[in-house]
Amino acid sequence: MTLSAPGPSRNLPQYGALIAVLLANWLLFPDFFAIRLQDGRLFGSLIDVLNRGAPVALLAIGMTMVIATRGVDLSVGAVMAISGAVAATMTGAGWGLPAVLAASLAAGLLCGLWNGLLVAVLRIQPIIATLILMVAGRGIAQLVTEGQIVTFTSPALAFIGGGSFLTVPMPVVITIALLAVTALLVRATALGLMIEAVGVNRLSSAGAGVNTPVVLVAVYVWCGLCAAVAGLIVTADIRGADANNAGLWLELDAILAVVVGGTSLLGGRFGLVLSVVGALIIQAMNTGILLSGFKPEFNLIVKAGVLLVVLLLQSPTLTLFLPRPKGARPMGTVKPPVAPTSGGAKP
Amino acid sequence: MTASTAPPSSAPLLAIRGLSKAFLGVQALDGVDFTLRHGEIHALLGENGAGKSTLIKTLTGVYQRDGGTVALEGREIAPRGVEEAQRLHIGTVYQEVNLLPNLSVAENLFLGRQPMRWGLVDRGAMRRRARAILMPYGLSIDVTAPLGRFSVATQQIIAIARAVDMSAKVLILDEPTASLDAQEVAVLFKVMRTLRSRGIGIVFVTHFLDQVYEVCDRITVLRNGRLVGERRTAELPRLDLVAMMLGRELEAAAHRIDLGPAELDSRPPLASFKAFGKSRSVEPFDLDIRPGEVVALAGLLGSGRTETVRLVFGMDRADQGEATVDGRKVRLKGPRDAVRLGFGFCPEDRKKEGIVGELSVRENIILALQARQGWLKPIPRRRQEEIADRFIRLLDIRTPDAERPIQLLSGGNQQKALLARWLATEPRLLILDEPTRGIDVGAHAEIIRLIERLCADGMALLVVSSELEEIVAYSRRVVVLRDRRHVAELRGGEVSVERIVAAIASESKSGEVRQ
Amino acid sequence: MSRKWVISAATAAAALFIGLGAVQAADAKKLVVGFSQIGSESGWRAAETKTAKTEAEKRGIDLKISDAQQKQENQIKAVRSFVAQGVDAIFIAPVVATGWDSVLKEAKEAKIPVMLLDRQIETKDQSLYMTAVTSDTVHEGRVAGEWLAKKTGGKCAVVELQGTVGSSPAINRKKGFDEVVAKNPGMKIIRTQSGDFTRAKGKEVMESFIKAENGGKDICAVYAHNDDMAVGAIQAIKEAGLKPGKDILVVSIDGVPDIFKAMSEGEANATVELTPNMAGPAFDALIAYKKDGKMPPKWIQTESKLFTPDTAKEEYERRKDAY
Repeated sequence: MTLSAPGPSRNLPQYGALIAVLLANWLLFPDFFAIRLQDGRLFGSLIDVLNRGAPVALLAIGMTMVIATRGVDLSVGAVMAISGAVAATMTGAGWGLPAVLAASLAAGLLCGLWNGLLVAVLRIQPIIATLILMVAGRGIAQLVTEGQIVTFTSPALAFIGGGSFLTVPMPVVITIALLAVTALLVRATALGLMIEAVGVNRLSSAGAGVNTPVVLVAVYVWCGLCAAVAGLIVTADIRGADANNAGLWLELDAILAVVVGGTSLLGGRFGLVLSVVGALIIQAMNTGILLSGFKPEFNLIVKAGVLLVVLLLQSPTLTLFLPRPKGARPMGTVKPPVAPTSGGAKP
Repeated sequence: MTASTAPPSSAPLLAIRGLSKAFLGVQALDGVDFTLRHGEIHALLGENGAGKSTLIKTLTGVYQRDGGTVALEGREIAPRGVEEAQRLHIGTVYQEVNLLPNLSVAENLFLGRQPMRWGLVDRGAMRRRARAILMPYGLSIDVTAPLGRFSVATQQIIAIARAVDMSAKVLILDEPTASLDAQEVAVLFKVMRTLRSRGIGIVFVTHFLDQVYEVCDRITVLRNGRLVGERRTAELPRLDLVAMMLGRELEAAAHRIDLGPAELDSRPPLASFKAFGKSRSVEPFDLDIRPGEVVALAGLLGSGRTETVRLVFGMDRADQGEATVDGRKVRLKGPRDAVRLGFGFCPEDRKKEGIVGELSVRENIILALQARQGWLKPIPRRRQEEIADRFIRLLDIRTPDAERPIQLLSGGNQQKALLARWLATEPRLLILDEPTRGIDVGAHAEIIRLIERLCADGMALLVVSSELEEIVAYSRRVVVLRDRRHVAELRGGEVSVERIVAAIASESKSGEVRQ
Repeated sequence: MSRKWVISAATAAAALFIGLGAVQAADAKKLVVGFSQIGSESGWRAAETKTAKTEAEKRGIDLKISDAQQKQENQIKAVRSFVAQGVDAIFIAPVVATGWDSVLKEAKEAKIPVMLLDRQIETKDQSLYMTAVTSDTVHEGRVAGEWLAKKTGGKCAVVELQGTVGSSPAINRKKGFDEVVAKNPGMKIIRTQSGDFTRAKGKEVMESFIKAENGGKDICAVYAHNDDMAVGAIQAIKEAGLKPGKDILVVSIDGVPDIFKAMSEGEANATVELTPNMAGPAFDALIAYKKDGKMPPKWIQTESKLFTPDTAKEEYERRKDAY
């Protein structure tokens, strides 16, 4: 994606793709935009997109910053399982909601801290460092649940997944809140600048006095927190912790959401809102496929095809051949390939 | 030092005549001649950009030459790659050994030419022959162990053994000693002398003058892609050699600026380093820097200039000695410590260690200031713009606006933006490594003027530069380095191009032991 | 949580004790059986392991369980080690169908009978194992379909939550159900999608089915390939303002405790049990064989029993500790 061209043209592929997918859903299913109130809660397919998209959107928020530092966090799905397992098991053991929330969020923070230390201090490549927890995390979750699906009946915890605030489903409310808090945290402080600087060139940033280890640990910790919140929502939604399946493969959806949102895997500039839009594109497709009545065998093929189109729209090579709106970036400012020497992601 | 023992021969081993090579209009080699005789060690010398590595790469076919001839024992050759050059009896060993560290020593020795039996690699034969090959080099090592487990010196000797075993008559050693210690260098030289006595011609590229005089029979000097001359080592005094390399007229202009206020010397030093050093990088040195003065580090490439300033800024960690600032002992574990002490550092490799390419000029300028303030105290956007605009004006940074990604600026403007980054922090000690390298003449003059103005304002400057006239123009003191050691310090009236060159060229005093 | 851990630690210690005792009492002709279990990827799998332990205890059999963590190589290693230990019989819950011939030959040469639990293997030499104890997954789908046909008088618009695409239980449970649908012209599967055997996906898919079918008013019943998806679907139905078990009938397969709980609350209508007790029949066949050399049949089919809300409460109480 572009760096130099400000203005709306830069975000066109993402918003355009979201609108296109929503319109396609509407063509397949005319009631797609119909919304009504059901038990004081908004109800409709569009709400499903937001509600079901919330976990991946939450993961994408944390993942965006990790990717901006030229890293990746493969463990978020497993962290979801851990946080869900802790919440359900503690609730089952009779703990109150505040203790349950504190414990599961703390579990997420701890997981993030572990990843961050491996990456920042031991300088293990992020993909390998987080792979450790991706594999081990599900095992930890299974230890907590003792291999079972732990169910609970506490309405307080269930409210996080199934309740609503001013008719808006709680998962959506929580996602918006966390997005706002995160945006405030990185854009109202200098953290955002430092994350981008570390992602573009870790050596230069360290040379300018940026505390690169702390920045790296911070993004992984926040990513762990986001994953823990996502895990809570999923667990609260089904009123049970399924250590085997909670968040399974969602790390890939989250990475995809970030990339669809236009943040480069090579680090640097990032857009939180666009990553959330990316998550919504993915979910709108999922919901559309379910509504369409296609055979389930087609699910993955349809999804892959649509994603290919979205990513092609962002390809710098391809966009040169497309007609561009006025004021759009001229050819000359295509981002040059990053030289291998400027890498900060080396172990 | 031994004189050449080459047998008289009608045709020289290797004769390069009028070799030319240009890249994108830049003439990297311009009609260069080079002659290598049987059984000689021939030093190929020159500063950065002289054309040494282009010569080697053109010779071995990595680059295709634009003009000129290369003849091996009277027969003209034109290899189209390192492997073909190897088949034509020209072997090359680089500083970074280009073998495969994961494979065993034996496998590396026979890479691409494994002894086969019944269509399979005959491992037994390979091991036996590998041991036999390494025997003359005094290496009795486990040839089945992975290459990467051995020291760089051993790896280099293995690489040499491989090249010689592949029937090399010409052996090119490209900075083989750069990362070796004294003992390893001695072993390597012994190997080189043995090969010389077998009639092999060795081209030796190095930055260490002492080593040149220790082992080489002849010297060829290049400068700016041209041949400066070829001399017998025994007939070329060091002073003349350095002059050939640097291209300075030795009767250089008289020192033209005054010494500055004499009371400067009586001021307490801002920063003081005692027996500061790092093994394998730069030997322990003492260095005082006083407020308001410019201290320059002079020396040939690889003499330890850059290594010294990197230690001072904490980019590399010193493993011995101590540093004091304002009389208090400080630790320099990383750039953050240095920034907190009010140091700033513009590195030699701007792209890799200086700029943050995708970020804007504004963000690059405020980065160090913001890092020092901490992430919790963001500099308001308007203030950032003020700072950026002020320095863009002050340093005349040529950019359409402050929001342009810095990677799109020219090298000189990137350098000025980096200067701005540090000036914005109002540093007490600014370290500049090759501040004018790769910069056009106009920007060059501006940067020198800026340096003079900065030190008039009471800031201390530590500058590394290969441009001796420049150093003489603005420095109060010059520390001269050779072979990773601080060898001389010139101050005030002593500072002149001539004295600097003489100090660089001076021989190691007897009794001095390399690390 | 911690209390549970303490208890399980105590149980483990006790088990260790009993195990030690078993070694000492080896002369007392106690049967020793090695069981190579796939892992503990689902609640049902954990229950199968647990049931095997209690069934072994009941019969005074010394059961050694090896967890393969979903890897065939681990299972092969476990079988080899059982052969080396000279156990009386080996039970295998095979993680995949192929690649067993050589290790089973080793067991056969050592004259140790092998029994397969829960899944079949593919082999040319049927003599490599003595018997296989499995359920008939096609039949399970058939039982579920027949119940629904009977309940609705053969007239029903069904939405189907499939298991993971391409998995054999998903294929077979669909097949058995489809057979019944084909026999009843009034029955129709109006939507079918994969819910990946999970609660979360089951809920998500059901949500969209409800929206796609006139707010759920056009749906007569949901047929889920496992209970977990049914539990998710029940929540989706409730959140859409409908009554699961009444407005939309819920029928599923497996018989895990949570579906009995739902049935006892009137939110689910029927489940077909896939019994976790695969080891019990195998033990019985083994004891009979050891006693008077009676060869068991090649396939011991477990019962696909249908449960309805009438007995849900007792069944739930009975099961909740087994899982």
